[in-house]
Amino acid sequence: MREDKGIFYRIDWVVVGLYLTLVFIGWLNIYAAVYNDTHNQIADLSQKYGKQMIFILAAILLAMGILIIDPKFFSQFAWFIYGFFLFMLVIVIFSGREVAGSKGWFAIGGFGIQPAEFAKMATVLALAKYLGTLDVSLAKFRSLVIASAIILVPALVVFLQHDTGSAIVFLTLVIVLYRAGLTGFVPLAFIVLPVLGILALVLPKVVLVAVLLMAAGGFYFFSNRKLRTNLLIIAAFMGALGFVFSVDYSVNHILEPHQRNRIHVLLGQDVDLRGAGYNVNQSLIAIGSGKFFGKGFLQGTQTKYNFVPEQSTDFIFCTVGEEWGFLGSAVLVILYMGLFIRLILMAERQRSRFSRLYGYGVASILFFHFAINIGMTLGLVPVIGIPLPYVSYGGSSLWAFTVLLFIFIRQDSYHYELV
Amino acid sequence: MERIYADRKYIIIGFFLLIGIVYLARLFYVQILVDKYILSANNNVLRYVTQYPARGLVFDRNGKLLVYNEAAYDLMVIPRQVKNPDTMALCHLLGIDREEFLNRMEKASSYSTYRPSIFEAQITRDNYGFLEEKLFLFPGFYVQSRTLRKYTYKVAAHSFGYIGEASPEVIEKNSYYRPGDYIGINGIEKSYEDILRGKKGMKIRVFDVLNRDKGSFRDGRYDTTSVAGTNLYSSIDAELQEYGELLMTNKKGSIVAIEPQTGEILCIITSPSYDPNLLAGNIRRKNYTKLLQDTVYMPLFNRALMAMYPPGSTFKLVDALVGQQEGVLFPETRYGCQGGFPLGNGKKVGCHPHPSPLDLVGAIQISCNAYFCRVFKSIIDKSSYSSTRQAYESWRKEVMSFGFGKKLGIDIPGELNGNIPSPSYYDKYHGLNRWRSMTIISLAIGQGEIGITPMQLANQAALISNRGWYYTPHVIRAIGRKDSLNEAYNVKHKVLVDERYFEVVIEGMADVVTGGTGRVAQLDSIVICGKTGTAQNPHGKNHSLFIAFAPRNNAKIAISVVVENAGTGALWAAPIASLMIEKYLNRTVKRKELEERMVSGNLINGKQPESERGQGNILPD
Repeated sequence: MREDKGIFYRIDWVVVGLYLTLVFIGWLNIYAAVYNDTHNQIADLSQKYGKQMIFILAAILLAMGILIIDPKFFSQFAWFIYGFFLFMLVIVIFSGREVAGSKGWFAIGGFGIQPAEFAKMATVLALAKYLGTLDVSLAKFRSLVIASAIILVPALVVFLQHDTGSAIVFLTLVIVLYRAGLTGFVPLAFIVLPVLGILALVLPKVVLVAVLLMAAGGFYFFSNRKLRTNLLIIAAFMGALGFVFSVDYSVNHILEPHQRNRIHVLLGQDVDLRGAGYNVNQSLIAIGSGKFFGKGFLQGTQTKYNFVPEQSTDFIFCTVGEEWGFLGSAVLVILYMGLFIRLILMAERQRSRFSRLYGYGVASILFFHFAINIGMTLGLVPVIGIPLPYVSYGGSSLWAFTVLLFIFIRQDSYHYELV
Repeated sequence: MERIYADRKYIIIGFFLLIGIVYLARLFYVQILVDKYILSANNNVLRYVTQYPARGLVFDRNGKLLVYNEAAYDLMVIPRQVKNPDTMALCHLLGIDREEFLNRMEKASSYSTYRPSIFEAQITRDNYGFLEEKLFLFPGFYVQSRTLRKYTYKVAAHSFGYIGEASPEVIEKNSYYRPGDYIGINGIEKSYEDILRGKKGMKIRVFDVLNRDKGSFRDGRYDTTSVAGTNLYSSIDAELQEYGELLMTNKKGSIVAIEPQTGEILCIITSPSYDPNLLAGNIRRKNYTKLLQDTVYMPLFNRALMAMYPPGSTFKLVDALVGQQEGVLFPETRYGCQGGFPLGNGKKVGCHPHPSPLDLVGAIQISCNAYFCRVFKSIIDKSSYSSTRQAYESWRKEVMSFGFGKKLGIDIPGELNGNIPSPSYYDKYHGLNRWRSMTIISLAIGQGEIGITPMQLANQAALISNRGWYYTPHVIRAIGRKDSLNEAYNVKHKVLVDERYFEVVIEGMADVVTGGTGRVAQLDSIVICGKTGTAQNPHGKNHSLFIAFAPRNNAKIAISVVVENAGTGALWAAPIASLMIEKYLNRTVKRKELEERMVSGNLINGKQPESERGQGNILPD
């Protein structure tokens, strides 16, 4: 029954529309960010907006290519794809090109390809495939270990490429595990621990220990006073205590200096505006100066004159903030929110566990990039150099996010079938 | 069992929405609630103005100012901010044409369109005043104040070195430097760069679209002040340096003088030289090329450190010391000389007529070639060594302890190793171990493959006057405070020859001046100990060499003089050394006639000097 349905058969036009809108907004702002009077041809290939246009056209071809592939292909070849990209990740450590301190790039012609971007998609495929298998249940210890390994192995390899930002992205797949039945304590810990970590760096130790003691006391007061609960509270208290002290130690002794500086900047403990604080401060000035309506297209000054080289990649949101103001920024945030919610609703309507969990994987990866990237430009999250999906300049990330999304759109177009 | 978790979608969606709302709130705060991040509605921009510190000053050993700074101004451009400039007016102000203007804009844009580049470097104070009035007409251009190096004495150019813009390679390696920053490129400017440069500061200013300075950003809260560079106190005696350069007029060669007890360098003269002011400021590039292309005078070539000469007879002092240390030579050892040292095959190392036989003191005084060939042969053929090679290695080690054949480690870049040939060199030349004392006999009289720099020669004189030790020569005696010591040069180097063997050699050196090959160097009031040298070389006439120290005990000055292609050591080097010693110890020179003869001697332009005539009392060596 699948014959002659064409590649646009039953695809979710809402998501495709959101995708195209974001890509267009991205191109517009890349144009604005690198715009100057001498090069103003929109198709000037020596300029980033010219290249991005090529990247976009290629991405659209890529998307159409995926829409004609049999949807079963992706679940059947999930392991193969995963293995392939894992292999590429290892190869790139030895033969890759170094860009901005991380050895994660293949040089192909004049372009760089970053396998780590595609490895995210491969990992989501593999994870969905594994969790979609009938006898797998996260209540079983063995399944939990294997699922974690699927996530952590590529993350570790990417980490070894000195690309800490991309490595952290993999951890967001805990959302998929949570949806697949993992106990809620784990994602909760992912939220509580960073908060605790920040408190550990900001508050004096005595105060923090007192707060933890009070919290433990509070839990005890409201608990059922059974031995098991008491032990749990004591264990949690000790764990939190250990965590607090180890965070302080690792920030000061294990992290590399530039990473430490970024954390200090975030916490307002560093005002070196030429050093680590420069980007964030410049970013806030740019966004802040946009006010409600923004300065208008191509009228931004902060993002042009004094800005960091990453203005078209990691800090593209500054251009949005400056030129389109609160109005434009809010629209962009809402568009992303719409995309994420739509993806989750789509995931929930899947019949197969594979495509449902794959959908959750897509949503969580995109969400994490969104949250870190915009949070960073707003000074809410440490500077971690990861792109804003579909908007940031760059071929690798655009193509990888496109493939990631369209595999799901393809799965979804057959959601009524039992695959 | 899967369905159980379906409501988790609400938690996940809720979490996503929560973050979205937090970000919207933050955006609202940053963009609308506070004006902390709003500079102004007028498209103002921040400009990071580097505060360049004054570079450290350099004083001479008597506290005279040698190197100082003068204010200069760089015209900077930020290409993106340039809006319809009145090109002609600007060209007119700078005295450039339109094409040059476009060239420079192109160059600046290719570096960066939003970061400042230097458009015109080092504008003098006068031109700056003129430019400043009109600057508002040219958005995108501004002036950055800098300093320019100036030199009170037009001497010691090679030792001072020069500064210039840091190269892209340096900027790549060292994050302190930005394009347009200055860095020491040669001389003490290079070796003491970290001390002289100070610390840059940074002012953040707000400028409006009309290029008007609207004041500091947030009341200067993020500004940093610059810290001036630290001053250096040089051991150079400016007057002595100047006098030495005068004596070396129209001669190729060098004079190096050291204070033996401290290793402080009193002067380093390299001739031909140039005025250090030629390599300061925006004229540097042009002048540098000019100096570089002068292949006749080679004014950029620092002969005192980078030229290597066979030491000639000055090396006999080393033979005398090492021979005694090896136990094959005693003060009373006598060797005869029948016009030279026979090499066996009918050839000989020639010697000039002199009384024979001689003891050690006499042999130094007269500079007998045969005597020192025999000393050298007896070292290399000494029976306690199992092979020529072993004996040579031991000899070489002792010779190198004099500071030869390796860099001394002085605080001016570019020093040469010199050369004391390694055994493997002779292996290569003659075949493995197929060389004997007779094969390498020319080393005895400082000829052959041996190469020594003028700096090493002066150090040799210094260590002999100290009876066997030296401090590494250096031109900077104190950093920051005048009375502080340059800690880097506080290590005493011992020569591998015992102190007791020196006195007889020094006796010989005193006799050289009172009644030997260096009589021309005699000075009435002070005992000068010296040794002449005449270095044969394939490039023409012999080099004239002289090393000396004075007074005999507690020497205040040790000196080496090399005059290229000038004949015997006594002809030019010895009198020049003697005048230098007189100048340093007495502060004035009484022997005006000798001085005049030395200054006026022109040995570069081919004319035979007058002084070569009527010098019958000078013995060749």
